[in-house]
Amino acid sequence: MPAAIEGLFGFIGRKTFSILRNVHDASKLINDTFYWTFISPFKGKAVRVRATISEMVKAGYNSVPIVGVISFFVGIILALQAAYQLKKVGALIYVANLVGVSLTRELGPILTAIIVSGRSGSSYAAEIGSMKAAEEVNALVSMGINPIRFLVTPKLIALMVMLPALTIFSDFIGILGGLILSATALDMNPFSYMQQTVSSLLVKDVMTGLVKAWAFGVVITIVGAYQGFKVSGGAEEVGRRTTASVVASIFLVIVFDLFFTALFFYFT
Amino acid sequence: MEKAIEVTDLVTQYGDRVILNGISFSIPKGKTTVILGGSGCGKSTLLNHLIGLLKPTSGEILINGHDITAMTEDEFNEFRKKMGVLFQGSALLNSMTIADNVALPLREHTKLEEPTIQIICRMKLDLVSLSKFEHFYPSQLSGGMKKRAGIARAMALDPELLFFDEPSAGLDPVTAAGLDELIIKLRDVFKITIVVVTHELPSVFMIADYVIMLDLGEVIFAGPIDELKASAHPKVRRFLERQAEQETYSPEDYFRFIAGN
Ligand SMILES: Nc1ncnc2c1ncn2[C@@H]1O[C@H](COP(=O)(O)OP(=O)(O)O)[C@@H](O)[C@H]1O
Ligand SMILES: [Mg+2]
Repeated sequence: MPAAIEGLFGFIGRKTFSILRNVHDASKLINDTFYWTFISPFKGKAVRVRATISEMVKAGYNSVPIVGVISFFVGIILALQAAYQLKKVGALIYVANLVGVSLTRELGPILTAIIVSGRSGSSYAAEIGSMKAAEEVNALVSMGINPIRFLVTPKLIALMVMLPALTIFSDFIGILGGLILSATALDMNPFSYMQQTVSSLLVKDVMTGLVKAWAFGVVITIVGAYQGFKVSGGAEEVGRRTTASVVASIFLVIVFDLFFTALFFYFT
Repeated sequence: MEKAIEVTDLVTQYGDRVILNGISFSIPKGKTTVILGGSGCGKSTLLNHLIGLLKPTSGEILINGHDITAMTEDEFNEFRKKMGVLFQGSALLNSMTIADNVALPLREHTKLEEPTIQIICRMKLDLVSLSKFEHFYPSQLSGGMKKRAGIARAMALDPELLFFDEPSAGLDPVTAAGLDELIIKLRDVFKITIVVVTHELPSVFMIADYVIMLDLGEVIFAGPIDELKASAHPKVRRFLERQAEQETYSPEDYFRFIAGN
């Protein structure tokens, strides 16, 4: 069946080329983004400060309520689930250890990253995508303004700062949720709960969480921008790319989480 | 005739489909040149080459004697400050007011003080009769006003070259005529070299000094407007007399069409 085989090879070839082209486009975007964010400011091309602050407000300050509520609930859930097992062995005080460590090392960063993917990652893809569709990106280029410096750099700086900040906030509120549940439903002494949390947490736990959060910020920005710049058609494609950016950034956040967790497990 | 732009043997392909088939022409300085042709003949593609958004497959584009196809991005960015572009859909930044849109090139490329920038902005908006609308957002303006705001932005750095992509597309005849008058004023007052891409005959006869006509990726006419009117080329005549023509396909397209893919 030569035709079928030909079709198969053709399919593999086309897929390979399209993947290679995507990899090439993505690495060019990453390269350019890092150039315009970290190198060109030292060559006299200043970062757009006002736009950066406005992105920080949009991505960071405006997510505070949702991150707070979700972290609070997750803190309570974690405490309940931990108590379910620890009650049997009469070691309820270790609820504090479990809640503290799992929040700072894992759940704080990842919950924050998923919320920010949904809020900011999608809006980056939609904003850049609709600018692409309306020739606004071409207009920037024709005015000699680099679209990456103009659009992506402020977003990248905003998320590199705000994701760790939101993560710290999420850690605190989550631990507070665990504490309130333990003090009420589990009849624990809030002061000894606090003491137990502080003594069980290492600086390293918090720091690894923040390193992850920083990396997630980079991932979410790049994915949103990549999908946005890929738009070449009209509004319908903007919608498709926006959805794709959320799916891709949550996926990549988990992949990076696995990578960093394995790294920290063996090397710290 | 002093030449602002000289194009030699320009070829563009998308995949294996040839859009511009080795075209050569030149554009005179200080005049309004219209690039004319039916929809889909490659006018926007050609314009994108001239403003450096698209690299041609092969060929040379000289602007003021410098080959822009051989320039690095940095070199060309210097060049871009002398060029203004009005895109087909105006392409104003929707997140900014009209005034900020006009101020953008000034803020990015000059070290002028903010009050000076404000004054220049107001002058440019006055030029296109939009001074009362500086605090409006693009979404609050009509199509014709957006185009004029786009012209004000293109004029911000006092360019030597101004490009327009289908300026009167989608506008009513009265608004379109107003835009044509503005284009004439820009040429007469500022002595700018203007390149307009269009398929609208009434505006061609109003604004053009020089015409380049494209058809199926070839230049079929290049010369002053009077010669165009007198031209005996059958395709030119058909276009000027607005005769209906069987939808023409390039041979490859036609083959694809009948072969079903
Ligand atoms: N990015 C692209 N990829 C493939 N083909 C394209 C692309 N852009 C334009 N074309 C094709 O090139 C031809 C010329 O397009 P264009 O320059 O936009 O025409 P015009 O502006 O004269 O209406 C059209 O047939 C169009 O289908
Ligand atoms: Mg066009």
